[in-house]
Amino acid sequence: MPEGKYCNKTPVETPEEVNFLLSDTSGNTYYEEMESLDIDSDLLWKTIQNTFKSRLKTWLEICAHCGMCAESCFLYQVNNRDPKQVPAYKIQSTLGEIINRKGKVDNKFMRHAMEVAWAQCTCCNRCGTYCPHGIDTGIMFGYLRGLLYQQGFVPWEMKIGAGMHRTYRAQMDVTNEDFVETFEWMIEENEDEYPGLTAPVDKEGADILYTVNAREVKHYPEDLAEAAILFHIAGENWTIPSAGWEQTSLAMFAGDWAACKMQVESVYAAMERLKPKRMIGTECGHAHRATVIEGPYWAGRKDGLPPVESIHYVEWLAEALRTGKLKIDPSKRIKELVTIQDSCNYIRNQGLKDATREIISYIVEPGYFVEMSPNKEHNYCCGGGGGFNGIGIFRKQRNKALITKRDQILKTGAKLVLAPCHNCWDAIRDLEEEYNIGIRWSFLKPVIIKMLDIPDHLKPEE
Amino acid sequence: MHTFLTGIFFWIALSVCLIGMLVRFVLYFRGLSWQLDRVAYKAHPMHGFKGAIRSIYKWMLPFGTFGWRTQPFMAIIFFGFHMGAIFVPLFLVAHNMFLESKLGFSFFTMGAGLADFLTWTTLICAFFLILRRIALPEVRIMTNFHDYLILFISLAPFITGLLARYQVGDYSFWLNLHIFCGEVLLIAIPFTKLSHVFLFFASRAQLGMDFGIKRGGMKGTKMAW
Repeated sequence: MPEGKYCNKTPVETPEEVNFLLSDTSGNTYYEEMESLDIDSDLLWKTIQNTFKSRLKTWLEICAHCGMCAESCFLYQVNNRDPKQVPAYKIQSTLGEIINRKGKVDNKFMRHAMEVAWAQCTCCNRCGTYCPHGIDTGIMFGYLRGLLYQQGFVPWEMKIGAGMHRTYRAQMDVTNEDFVETFEWMIEENEDEYPGLTAPVDKEGADILYTVNAREVKHYPEDLAEAAILFHIAGENWTIPSAGWEQTSLAMFAGDWAACKMQVESVYAAMERLKPKRMIGTECGHAHRATVIEGPYWAGRKDGLPPVESIHYVEWLAEALRTGKLKIDPSKRIKELVTIQDSCNYIRNQGLKDATREIISYIVEPGYFVEMSPNKEHNYCCGGGGGFNGIGIFRKQRNKALITKRDQILKTGAKLVLAPCHNCWDAIRDLEEEYNIGIRWSFLKPVIIKMLDIPDHLKPEE
Repeated sequence: MHTFLTGIFFWIALSVCLIGMLVRFVLYFRGLSWQLDRVAYKAHPMHGFKGAIRSIYKWMLPFGTFGWRTQPFMAIIFFGFHMGAIFVPLFLVAHNMFLESKLGFSFFTMGAGLADFLTWTTLICAFFLILRRIALPEVRIMTNFHDYLILFISLAPFITGLLARYQVGDYSFWLNLHIFCGEVLLIAIPFTKLSHVFLFFASRAQLGMDFGIKRGGMKGTKMAW
């Protein structure tokens, strides 16, 4: 059968189309239709010829099949060292086969490739740092996802997510009005406790342009309030854009490169329009990766940089604590064993390990911070990265994947896990729900607000 | 036969190897694309260069990286194999005498004792590399005919070389076979996975540039390989 009503090769681009796809509960019909979805082999092969160049070609070709990547992959480890979970095998048997067969693959193969691409790799890029030849399988899986998306073989939630970005320039159906109103509502809620608290919208030339994750607007609005409070107390000259405020990109997880470009260009347009000195994004890993690390390339920026200097929230926090803009009351520092989850997307993939450790040095009583093992660049994925958290049909595989992080946390002995990344935060919440190991988890914002030494003039009058 | 192997066939093998390597090396770097690879190679050449050098250098040190340290057995047989595989062909006295007579130049040479030691080390390590391919499920699952073929092509000159060196049976037969196997190896380099002898540097440099430019290098963080 050619294209299905729900499952097809056409991207979702309007609120009606998003709602229609959402109306198919759990994507049941979507996946049924996928079983008879045709493959456009000519398009597939043409795309490969245009985009499969030196780097990827050489990676596939010179892979020595040495298996040194096996142990580096947490999914290999956690799945009883199943040889089918060896990163090199996973990519050779999917992308490698598509290339060998010049795109002439069948429906069953494509559905298998979809499972491997989204349920057997979180694109954490850890294997890339363990390969003697410097072969980064995570990058190749990103590429494979793009090919699969183009052919309609993409998990239901990912297709919806990419469609949301195309429709709303946000990962959820949150409009620009919703965003500004929610922010303003949060300010109202907190202005008694923090007199003078504001969230300036579209202020030109501010020092900081703040961008968020749409989930905060929809599900965790207190996060917006906390960001405002911290900027307010730090005395920052900041603003939020009325459009281009969404930093995340489920389109990146989906492999919908056109949507990635649309999304990131909306944020860059806000930068160009408001001309801030810097952009700071919320505590999210993939959002930073999408908008700051990969985004410039989707937008065609040859210097690989966003229009204005863009930093992760942890970099700003470390700086604000270092310069004394934010002061911690030493008596309120964390005095229990605490560990931190290093997000693949900005630790391994942008080297920000020192920023988080610097924050720890201000907020945790010496002797109470315990590193996970391994950590920093070599830390394992939370278990839910690359979209894995959100895909219903792969929930069983995801829950198994959480075991690595569970055991890493258990080994630290800490009951509190700091997780400055939405995806990691979700995965750790889910692992607690699934395995009940008795831990608490938190973003940095709420932890820091509780221990701030607030200057008298910013306190409410008694 | 000997004249053919040390004459025209030698020149063909050497030219195919060197020109092949050069062409593929140039094609590799010409085929890199800042936008497809998402690495701004040209915009930040110094960051890229530093990252590339570091990425190559660290991996060439035995136990220089997390990867080597987490798999010490593999590290030992890997370096044991490659040391002999690189140094013996290049620095053996007989090879350099031949080189001198053909090309008018020669490299530094090593003593016969060291050459014997390295050759045996290479063969013993190769034995373990093959054993590893057979014994470990995570390696066996990917291992195919090509992997064994290139091991055979790489080892044949060493085995025939030893047989000639110890004069087992007909010396000139083993010598000719040794030269032939060595020349087959040279020809195979640009066209098989043996291309890693030079593409290793290209691929490592590329990932090094990626880390040096995009993934932390410009934030002042050197990748802790």
